[in-house]
Amino acid sequence: MGSVYSPNSCPNFPTRFHSIALYSVFFRHARVRKYGAELQRCRLDAVPVDLGDYHPLKPITVTDSRSRRGGRKGSTSSSSSSSSSVAPDPLSSMLEGTDPLSLFAAASASETPTLSHSKNEEEVGADFEPWSAKRGEILARFTTTEKLSINLFMGSDKTSSPSSAVSEKVRTRLEELDDLEEGSQRELLNLSQQDYVNRIEELNQSLKEAWSSDQKVKALKIVIQCSKLLSDTSVIQFYPSKFVLITDILDTFGRLVYERIWSMCSDPRPIPDSFSVEDVNDTAKETCLNWFFKIASIRELIPRLYVEAAILKCNRFLNKTGIQETLPRLTAMIRGIGDPLVAVYARAYLCRVGMEVAPHLKDSLNKNFFDLLASFRQIHGDTVQNQLVIQRVEIPVYLTLYSPAIHWILQCVAYRAPDVLLTEMMERCKKLGNNALLLNSVMWAFRPEFVAARATDFIGMIKDCDEAGFPKHLLFGSLGRSLACADPPESERLPILNEAWKVITKVRSPQDYINCAEIWVEFTCRHFTKREVNTVLADIIKHMTPDRAFEDAYPQLQSVMKKILTYFHNFSVLFSMEKFLPFLDMFQKDSVRVEVCKSIMEVFIKHQQEPTRDPVILNALLHVCKTMHDSVNALTVEDEKRSLALLINGFIRMVSFGRDFEQQLSFCVEARATFCNLEPVIIQLIHTVNQLAMETRRVMGGSHSRKTAAFVRACAAYSFITIPSLTSIFSRLHLYLLSGQVALANQCLSQADAFLKAAVSVLPEVPRTISVEGKQRSSEAFLLDFINSFLSTLLVVPDHPEQGVLYLVRGLLNMVQDYTWEDNSDAKVRVYISALPLLAAMSQESYLYTIPKVDSNETLYGGDPKFVAEISRLCETLIGQVLDHLKTLGREEGVRRQGSLAFSLFSTLLAHGDLRNNKLNQLAVNLWNLSHKNGHCDTRTSVSLSPTYTFSYKLLNDFHP
Amino acid sequence: GKFVNDLSICRASPIQLISSNIEVAKPGKVPGGKTEIPFEFPLQAKGNKMLYETYHGVFVNIQYTLRCDMRRPLLAKDLSKTCEFMLHCQPQKSKVQPTPVDFTITPETLQNVKERTSLPKFVIRGHLDATNCVITQPLTGELVVESSEVAIKSIELQLVRVETCGCAEGYARDATEIQNIQIAEGDVCHGLPIPIYMVFPRLFTCPTLETTNFKVEFEVNVVIVLHDDHLITENFPLKLCRV
Repeated sequence: MGSVYSPNSCPNFPTRFHSIALYSVFFRHARVRKYGAELQRCRLDAVPVDLGDYHPLKPITVTDSRSRRGGRKGSTSSSSSSSSSVAPDPLSSMLEGTDPLSLFAAASASETPTLSHSKNEEEVGADFEPWSAKRGEILARFTTTEKLSINLFMGSDKTSSPSSAVSEKVRTRLEELDDLEEGSQRELLNLSQQDYVNRIEELNQSLKEAWSSDQKVKALKIVIQCSKLLSDTSVIQFYPSKFVLITDILDTFGRLVYERIWSMCSDPRPIPDSFSVEDVNDTAKETCLNWFFKIASIRELIPRLYVEAAILKCNRFLNKTGIQETLPRLTAMIRGIGDPLVAVYARAYLCRVGMEVAPHLKDSLNKNFFDLLASFRQIHGDTVQNQLVIQRVEIPVYLTLYSPAIHWILQCVAYRAPDVLLTEMMERCKKLGNNALLLNSVMWAFRPEFVAARATDFIGMIKDCDEAGFPKHLLFGSLGRSLACADPPESERLPILNEAWKVITKVRSPQDYINCAEIWVEFTCRHFTKREVNTVLADIIKHMTPDRAFEDAYPQLQSVMKKILTYFHNFSVLFSMEKFLPFLDMFQKDSVRVEVCKSIMEVFIKHQQEPTRDPVILNALLHVCKTMHDSVNALTVEDEKRSLALLINGFIRMVSFGRDFEQQLSFCVEARATFCNLEPVIIQLIHTVNQLAMETRRVMGGSHSRKTAAFVRACAAYSFITIPSLTSIFSRLHLYLLSGQVALANQCLSQADAFLKAAVSVLPEVPRTISVEGKQRSSEAFLLDFINSFLSTLLVVPDHPEQGVLYLVRGLLNMVQDYTWEDNSDAKVRVYISALPLLAAMSQESYLYTIPKVDSNETLYGGDPKFVAEISRLCETLIGQVLDHLKTLGREEGVRRQGSLAFSLFSTLLAHGDLRNNKLNQLAVNLWNLSHKNGHCDTRTSVSLSPTYTFSYKLLNDFHP
Repeated sequence: GKFVNDLSICRASPIQLISSNIEVAKPGKVPGGKTEIPFEFPLQAKGNKMLYETYHGVFVNIQYTLRCDMRRPLLAKDLSKTCEFMLHCQPQKSKVQPTPVDFTITPETLQNVKERTSLPKFVIRGHLDATNCVITQPLTGELVVESSEVAIKSIELQLVRVETCGCAEGYARDATEIQNIQIAEGDVCHGLPIPIYMVFPRLFTCPTLETTNFKVEFEVNVVIVLHDDHLITENFPLKLCRV
């Protein structure tokens, strides 16, 4: 480092320029500045603005951006009314949707619903959870490892049908509907679940293909064959998923048929979505009727039912009352299905289609539910029991297969239904024996408020349920779900919690237990204190620890954590929960553990308002952050590192020991050791320590005592030894500079020197390109920025008594000269030009800025002529270099660059030189002419010079050609 | 144009019900391009004959065809084209007496049973809303399985068409199943009414027809299949008409 600053290195700086005389004259005449007076002169005059005047920054009032719907409107107008005083910030009013883009967005958002639906009361609102939300859940939950089969041909039909003399013609016609391909019987046996899903998807594809290649009969055959699969209840535990897969196909089919007929009506122009029967032409009606006739002749009950339900919407083409006549008929038709599981899913499908096509027809929904109740005893009938024995499925498992369908039916029934109806339905369920299954769906599907208000009743009913039937933890789970979003009467809350937990804690299977407990944590957190939550956590730990059961329950445990964090934002309360950290310890899989730690930190950063020194919080969070930090390894991706660092930084920013600065520093020392692998954290720590030094200075009113002086030096030492560990070169440079400034502000002169020297010595290491957001970019602009900011700091740095005059400036310029700049770059010369204002400023009697209690060179040298001469010598060299460079540019293709550089030197001279000197004046004129010679200089820029030197400009005008 | 009708019974020679001839264009030159010639004629039965609805059965076929002949000069062949057209009768009656029917099926009500004692016990009640049916309206009714010792496998509605025709050798009768609709599958819930509902297929049904030479009639069978493969059938004659 020393060699860079040795006086010997100064002469290295080029001095070989031949027209020195001219320029030395010039720079002895650096313009004398009276900064205070200039400031006064340059201040803008404050002109009071009349309320009626136009002014760009005046609050903008927008006429109706939201109230009116549709169309392009919402003109922005500067209001001239007195109300403009309300919103003083023009930007905030822009954010309220007055810009054209959000206006369009708002307009289209408000238009969409009016386009697709005609009457509001007939719509299903956003408060209705759509089927699409259930699909995935069902597919994930009802799976099997048993082998499945698809039989796409009901061969037995032919023989069993007692047809005596079916004519050939009739026979072919009937077969046509039954076979997928003429005479083919496709029975696929021994399919795994995945195979099965793939096969169904293939059928879905071939349906679409058949349709698009105009093979409508084949399409219908496929749909019929698929719906037939729904009458097959072998591998019963897979049935709900099968239902989902196959009704997807039915939905596709229904859509295709509807769109086809709709498009037939679109000639000559499309009919509106809210069309009436009169808009439909005869061809379309005939086609539609044909579909219904074909479907009505499907032999088997289940396919006939499903396929007709799938095209229910097409009734709109035929007559007004079609849908409301068909729905009750199909509802009654389901009574013909003997298997209760098949029947309940058929009901669910009908309700689903009904809700979609005609949600206002509530009667059919209710009828479906009452029919379900009427046939409820089928579930416990012999046929079902025998089937379960053969398939070796237990009753509780079997009963849960019903849940998705009954949930759905009840959800449709309960949607915006009056309380009276719900009460009646609940009463009816109560009367049935073995009603746990229904009870469960009632709690699941009815409005949470309804359930919550009767929570105590429900608990009573749950208690009365048969132990052997529907699993009780599921019942409590459903109740808990409702109570998580609606509140029971206050007086009942504690008894409810006690009753529920009494049952939950007895659940043997850890998986069942945690599924239920997870739900109830929300209720507990919502209404109770840390004491109760702690008890719950203790219970969870007790259940999940044996046999490392927690390993299979990370999602649920994470959800528990999430719920606790949602309700407990006070971290001193949170960490004073005895069982919280032991609970955290259950997350032993690294990835999950880090996820959990991240979620804790996110909540902390979001909700911690005040800095803290609470040792409980600090210890716990340090532990959490360390966990996150320790997860970083060679394979960690950048984004992950960044997000971890962001969270840890958030924590570090929130740590404050108040006036106990030493404690704070030692925290930073500890943190540095703990988080050494995350560079952004180290950077944050350096900032924190610098801030600490500045805070100390503020507290001491700028004059350090011996003790505080030692402390700020310790801070400087911390930064000085930490910065070299950073790999990012620009981070190092900026931190050296910043820490140098802080040291200087704290009167630690030798430390400041060391920082700045270090910065200069690092400069040669700056690579030509750096990676910015993953892209390789030239580092030049960053480097120039840094040097400029470094130069402006140098004004106040006093020369080291043992070093030569301006040794830091010269050291920097040497580095700049030796640096390997990009080819064809003017960067070096630009640095030289920027150094001129610094040198001009240094030659003033009184500096533009100084640091309190630090003597700058102005005081050290007191305007010593030798000092001024040294400055001039440097200027000469610099200008010489610049002119040299200008010459080389003139010879090459660089005339544009030449003009621009000449102009920037010209402006610098104009601003900082004393143009009353003739020679200087001449140089400026020459530069002006040079910059305009090739017409590359933008006249507008050159004319709009700062008012500070307009007078010089006028002076120059005389010389202008 | 020429207008011909065929009616074949018992492989007997077809009976012509109608025949009329009209000239749709006078002799002359047909101009180039597409020429459309409008025509119309009244449908008038021959002599004392009646016109029946178009019908294609096994023994009975009622078909109406339209033939267009174009005579051309020497050296060019005459052109001829034939196509079938459908005939729907005017509504026969303005009002139909629906004549509903109630039924109860138990082992005791059955005929053709060899060993009545071996039959499982069951009681099935129901009704048809109408046995005089409008052909464009579905057949409706209800059926309740009140009790059944053996589980039910399936309940079906079988629509049967009966053609009868008399000829020199006597008369022939042929029953054909034209549609089979399942209304219950599996062991249905006892005591809960199950709807009976069947749409008459358009091409295979026509109004019930009784002439001196032939008859076309319809029946519906309610077929109950028990799990032990016992098959119980209850037959209901129907009368179809157009309103």
